[in-house]
Amino acid sequence: MMAMDMETTGLDEQRHAIVSIGLVPFDLRRIRMAQRRYWIVRPPRPLSERSITFHHITHTEIEQAPDLDEILDELLEAMAGHVMVVHYRHIERTFLNAAVKARRGEGIHFPVIDTMSLEARLHRQPLWARFRRWMGRPPASIRLPDSRTRYGLPPYQAHHALIDALATAELLQAQVAHHYRPDTPLSEVWN
Amino acid sequence: MQAELLEIRQHMGQFPPFDQLSDDLLDELAGQVEVGYFQADTDIYRHDDVVEHLHYIRSGAIDLYRRNGDLYNRLSEGDIFGQFDLLRDQRVRFPARAIEDTLIYFIPHAMFRRLCELDENFADFVEVERPRLEATVDQQRKGHEMLVTKVRKLASRAPVMVESDATVQEAAQHMGEHNASSVLVLAAPQADDDSHAFTLDDGRSRRMVGILTDHDLRNRVLAEGLPASTQVGQLIDDRPITIQSDESVYEAMLRMLRNNIHHLPVLYRRRPIGVLHLSDIVRHETNSSLYLVDNIFRQPNVEALAALKGDVQAAFVRMVNEGDNSQMVGSSLSSIGRSFTRRLLELAEEELGPPPVPYCFMALGSMARNEQSIVTDQDNALVLDDRFDPEQHDAYFLTLAQRVSDGLAACGYSYCKGDVMATNSRWRQPLRVWQQYFSDWIDNPNAERLLHSSIFFDLDSVHGEEAFAERLQDLVAERASQRPRFLAAMARNALNRTPPLGFFRTFVMEKDGKQNNTINLKRRGTAPLVDLIRVHALACGSRAQNSFERLEDIAKTRLLAGHSGERLRYALEFIAMVRIRHQVIDIQEEREPDNDIEPENVSDRERHNLKDAFQVLSNAQKFLKFRYPMPSQKR
Repeated sequence: MMAMDMETTGLDEQRHAIVSIGLVPFDLRRIRMAQRRYWIVRPPRPLSERSITFHHITHTEIEQAPDLDEILDELLEAMAGHVMVVHYRHIERTFLNAAVKARRGEGIHFPVIDTMSLEARLHRQPLWARFRRWMGRPPASIRLPDSRTRYGLPPYQAHHALIDALATAELLQAQVAHHYRPDTPLSEVWN
Repeated sequence: MQAELLEIRQHMGQFPPFDQLSDDLLDELAGQVEVGYFQADTDIYRHDDVVEHLHYIRSGAIDLYRRNGDLYNRLSEGDIFGQFDLLRDQRVRFPARAIEDTLIYFIPHAMFRRLCELDENFADFVEVERPRLEATVDQQRKGHEMLVTKVRKLASRAPVMVESDATVQEAAQHMGEHNASSVLVLAAPQADDDSHAFTLDDGRSRRMVGILTDHDLRNRVLAEGLPASTQVGQLIDDRPITIQSDESVYEAMLRMLRNNIHHLPVLYRRRPIGVLHLSDIVRHETNSSLYLVDNIFRQPNVEALAALKGDVQAAFVRMVNEGDNSQMVGSSLSSIGRSFTRRLLELAEEELGPPPVPYCFMALGSMARNEQSIVTDQDNALVLDDRFDPEQHDAYFLTLAQRVSDGLAACGYSYCKGDVMATNSRWRQPLRVWQQYFSDWIDNPNAERLLHSSIFFDLDSVHGEEAFAERLQDLVAERASQRPRFLAAMARNALNRTPPLGFFRTFVMEKDGKQNNTINLKRRGTAPLVDLIRVHALACGSRAQNSFERLEDIAKTRLLAGHSGERLRYALEFIAMVRIRHQVIDIQEEREPDNDIEPENVSDRERHNLKDAFQVLSNAQKFLKFRYPMPSQKR
């Protein structure tokens, strides 16, 4: 498995772009930080005027970073053969698909385990929460930090692609430990 | 620094031993960790598993077990485990189980070995028991007073100085007038910008060209047959070795030893402000409590003595802050306590007249062992001459005992709750009765007698006929070692008080998993250590009273294997010092000092060391049981 997280300039894959990508390979026993991958990439569109601030990334770093196209092969190679694990699949999968399509002509589709939807499944939402989700807002209680707290995982500083990927990997380990067994078929958990 | 690792390295960097790693090593370490999650009540590893990582608890809590299922340790955030197994054969000795949902950082074996190789502090920390304690105790010793105290504190007398054209006779007269053993020799500066020039009080500019000592007057003048009119300047060959007033006493001593000199001129910039003699340093080393002791003997009555109570606390705080170890603090406080006792006896004798028969006033317990603490009660007894006749003489000795006991209470040494005081007629007896007591206790031990033995067999004369106390010490030393049944009973008694397992968050962890809010470090640490050292000391016929000296006597025998004696010494020193430091904190925060410490006031490092020290005690107690078995009743 490979935990993945991205920082983006916004939530709309058509208007916004990826600024950083973090990958951490792991299995249910160990998360291997030594094999982590992390890229900062320069968005094709100039950053909007309301100066967008990113945690841990300076604007200079972004200006000097390569375009996603330059690291794409490396990224895809790192992903190959792994089941991707994300928290809230609609960001990572959608943005990556759009970005690849824009550069290589065809999109990319890959199955993911989404720790947020696992969390949503486990914590049946009351009606108003489903309504909130229908409105396009993820219910607060299954956000990454809140979900982690339920499993006794420590708070991390959020919004760094690699730390969030690590946080996601830890969350999946915790979810499996609490609610599944290591031999649970993948089909039960992926999307 | 890569921001993505910040999360990991910042956390690890707060906890020992990682808190002392260099930034580079810490970065490297953070990039190497693996992470794993363990649900509460699941095994992290089992007995005989192979350990390939050092385990660091990022969050949660775990228990380590012994083979027999007993709790070995409970650890939480920031603690490490698995190091013992990595250093041995990598087989799990203490299985680990998560007791809360726990996140572990795994540090690969290769990285662990690298840290051990590159960072001495890390290596010391992860090694078992002795080295870690030893390193800490030694480090504390290095922080000693001599390193802290500045030279100027000792060089308080203005230097005696003469011009280089003065005669040796004039110089000698000058030295005689000022009762000085050396004189500094001055001359006019060589040039206007002489870098050694300074200005005298009368405005004249001078440079120091040398020093002339008693030794020089003997060897270079008299022995050489030079006339008294010889000019001092002719005897001076080099600019003397000097020291700046803000350097440490330690540095001063080094400089004297290195250059084989006994006099060291002390300069403030270029101006001499005094001369340090080697004996000043020696005196300073033993001086701290001497002033107070001297003062005690000048007080005219009990009220004036009681007024010195604050001075005792102040002296105690100063000793600790200047870096004295527990032995120095213990013996200083004991001599202060003896001085109070002696002065009270002198005052009582002045009033009551001379004693009708000779007596020896004995100190018992910590004062006799020279291990007194600032929190202490009085344990004392009177040994009277065998001509003692209760009808005629006891009224005198009862009054004497009462004066001392009440006086000590007024000076802060509270009455003994167990009534082990000379005011108790049972403990105010002629020597032959004492000899009978001691023999009975040793030959036919029972619960009460064993308790008495552990109090009275630490005994020392404070005032009067020292020989009486020595006779009793001899009796104990000769008789106890010959009585296996007595030793076995004393050994069992020494196991009544046991140490806790260690600390867990803000609690004291007991061996049965119970958690308490405070720990009495005397009852759970120093006292059981002292008890078990006493048993070995009795077994080897040691006449020493002090626990550290007893350990030296024990080391000459084969009673303890290998490094056990050394370990006990370090454990006692460390626990005693933590207790003392916490008492200093109590005093500085204007609380009544006591023997209790609260885990939240114990630093991470202290926790680890205390845990090691408790372990040493625990192991030594187990050995004691085995070393002194109860002899079978059959003949």
